[in-house]
Amino acid sequence: MTRRQRRLTLIGLAGAVLAVAAGLVLYALTDRIVFFNSPTDIVAKAPAPGQRVRLGGLVTEGSLVKGADGSVAFAVTDGNATIKVGYRGILPDLFREGQGVVTEGVLEPDGSFAADTVLAKHDENYMPKEVADALKKQGVWRHGEDAAPGAATQ
Amino acid sequence: MIAELGHFALVLALVMALVQSTVPFVGALREDGRLTAIAPYTAVTQFLLVGVAFAALVHAYIVSDFSLLNVVENSHSAKPLLYKVTGTWGNHEGSMLLWVLILALFGALVAAFGANLPDRLKAMVLAVQAWIASAFILFVLLTSNPFLRVDPSPFEGNDLNPVLQDIGLAVHPPLLYLGYVGCSISFAFAVAALIDGRIDAAWARWVRPWTLAAWMFLTLGIAMGSYWAYYELGWGGFWFWDPVENASLMPWLAATALLHSAIVMEKRDALKIWTILLAILAFSLSLIGTFLVRSGVLTSVHAFASDPTRGVFILAILCLFIGGALALFAARAGALAPGGIFAPISREGALVVNNIFLTAAAATVIVGTLYPLVLEAITGDRISVGAPFYNLTFAPLVVPLLLIVPFGPLLAWKRGDFGAAAQRLMFAFAVALLVAAVGAWLAGGGPVLALVGIGIGAWMIAGAVSEFAYRVKIGSVPLRESLRRAAGLPRAAYGTTLAHAGVGIMVLGIVAATTWATETILTMKPGDTVTVGSRTITLDGFLPRAAANFRENVVRFTVREGGTIVAVMEPSKRRFSTREMETTEAAIRTFALSQLYVSLGDIGNDGAVTVRIYWKPLVTLIWLGPVVMALGGLISLSDRRLRVGAPRPARRAAAAPAE
Repeated sequence: MTRRQRRLTLIGLAGAVLAVAAGLVLYALTDRIVFFNSPTDIVAKAPAPGQRVRLGGLVTEGSLVKGADGSVAFAVTDGNATIKVGYRGILPDLFREGQGVVTEGVLEPDGSFAADTVLAKHDENYMPKEVADALKKQGVWRHGEDAAPGAATQ
Repeated sequence: MIAELGHFALVLALVMALVQSTVPFVGALREDGRLTAIAPYTAVTQFLLVGVAFAALVHAYIVSDFSLLNVVENSHSAKPLLYKVTGTWGNHEGSMLLWVLILALFGALVAAFGANLPDRLKAMVLAVQAWIASAFILFVLLTSNPFLRVDPSPFEGNDLNPVLQDIGLAVHPPLLYLGYVGCSISFAFAVAALIDGRIDAAWARWVRPWTLAAWMFLTLGIAMGSYWAYYELGWGGFWFWDPVENASLMPWLAATALLHSAIVMEKRDALKIWTILLAILAFSLSLIGTFLVRSGVLTSVHAFASDPTRGVFILAILCLFIGGALALFAARAGALAPGGIFAPISREGALVVNNIFLTAAAATVIVGTLYPLVLEAITGDRISVGAPFYNLTFAPLVVPLLLIVPFGPLLAWKRGDFGAAAQRLMFAFAVALLVAAVGAWLAGGGPVLALVGIGIGAWMIAGAVSEFAYRVKIGSVPLRESLRRAAGLPRAAYGTTLAHAGVGIMVLGIVAATTWATETILTMKPGDTVTVGSRTITLDGFLPRAAANFRENVVRFTVREGGTIVAVMEPSKRRFSTREMETTEAAIRTFALSQLYVSLGDIGNDGAVTVRIYWKPLVTLIWLGPVVMALGGLISLSDRRLRVGAPRPARRAAAAPAE
């Protein structure tokens, strides 16, 4: 092989791998990402059937119902709209009524949300950032309501 | 008083860092030996001063000095001593101070162990290191000062986040920071080389041990973090493709690439410019990782005590160093003597392929981590990029890399013989097929991809062993001769074998634990029994207990196999009184390499509890693999070739400034 051929082989290989990587990334970005929605978003524009989305908001007070087989049902609200959520499994330690939550799953045809993942951030404020922003948009966010007592966060 | 001492020591450390940033640098530019000679002294003094500051903060935590705001916010007098100490870095301010301490430690280590470095290069490296130190000490002092007093001081603190009250906090952040910050050394070497406009194989030899050390700590730090999340978060997951995890994976990928390209540079005097770029990128990604975690711009399950207002400061540091280094690279890289070009089928060719795949894989992780930020800034849409994205992008790029890894060490430098290497790997290939077949038989079929996965794991382990067997000529020469050869092998060769086998071990664990794990969720009452695989698990009863700063409700389970008791497992729900926060402590029992994992949900008033039971086959391999990899790194680090003074090409370099 001449020097030129060797150089071209290397450049060709690097280019090919990068092109494959770029192609995969572009495809995955259109197909494999999950959008975050507030209940208002979902009521306004329901996601396509079977499309995975994240639903975040506050767990409605008094909505939590536990089934015998480990299934749970609760509602997620942003003060404007409310969506019923069904989930089977163990809720995170930080899951509480009236607190912020993010769930991931698909919207059922009956308008309820079938979650397969429930996230509660292990943060001292129990408030996922998306939820806080969504609540601020709906005007139901009171700053500092969840801050640890006495913490000087000003 | 002691806190003020610490505060003052930190200010002095800043002064020392500023001196170290300028005087040795000017000395190096003017070739003035008197000026460059102070660099090691300032580096060691700076380390001692930051050490005093850090010790003062630890002291404040140990004695629960609630006149310090930082201690009030993150500690409690009833906390066990271990968590008082580790709580020092369980918060933003303390963890940044730890970051600075480790940065200063690496500077001091360069000063102490850099005896074989030319004075000029050493001065330049320490000066660049001090630029970073100055920026971060300034950051701590101006925005994240842990020594601020609060008046009047409260009687009691707010306690540390219960999730962090764990031995994992003692191990994971220091290891991870040693890895992150260790990358600053190769960065400093790269910038020094660019300013100097001179780079040779000797440079690669000096940089490699530092990169290796950083890589080792990063490997262990990530693995420890993964295990901690696995047992503490109670979901039984070991990797979530969470932005904070990605933040540590990106520099790891870059450091791994750097480690391999530096070998090419050292042995063949090629890939120089690329190696410099990787050294800059590895630390840049560490800085980006620090920024992502510390600024709170990302939503993560692992982020603690982040504060967006400080993000701007870190962002400024980030732009200054990454932008500055890349600008310098753009300006000076052309001036560096280009390296040779070489045959695609050769050891160096294989190492280049490794680099191409590793950087492409790193790029997909970067895109996946940063794209949500960019998209939100532009369109306002909030998205999460999770496992499905990485399964489609990261995995297809890593699999070919894993497949070719065993070939690399079997190819000769300059001109390799692919056919001969393939022949030597026939045994490994047979082992891989056999393992996949046995796996299929044991699991009764199973997804084809998973069988391919365990085949790949076995291929890597057997490939590493084959390479070792070939080197010592097992079978073709008498055993005594093989042993003599084994004793004569450089330690770096053992390191390579172990590290590559470690990757294979990890792959086996990941594939087995994700494919064949079982999950059982049910509601149990005392006396109830459930069957998981070949074992039965009985809920015996509840045992309320109290500790210094929490009450816990322990649920006792007895695990039986064929009627005999094999384990008693006690997961619990803990309630921490100060923060009114509840945590779940999962119970984990290891059987051979697999684990039984029992976690609790809510305990109802009727005495029924939701129980989640996982059976995770071969899951321990996921963390055992990285330990083996790091062990390989350690053995390689002890190779005397890395410590012995300047190799031949360096004589030219050393001849000029021989102060």
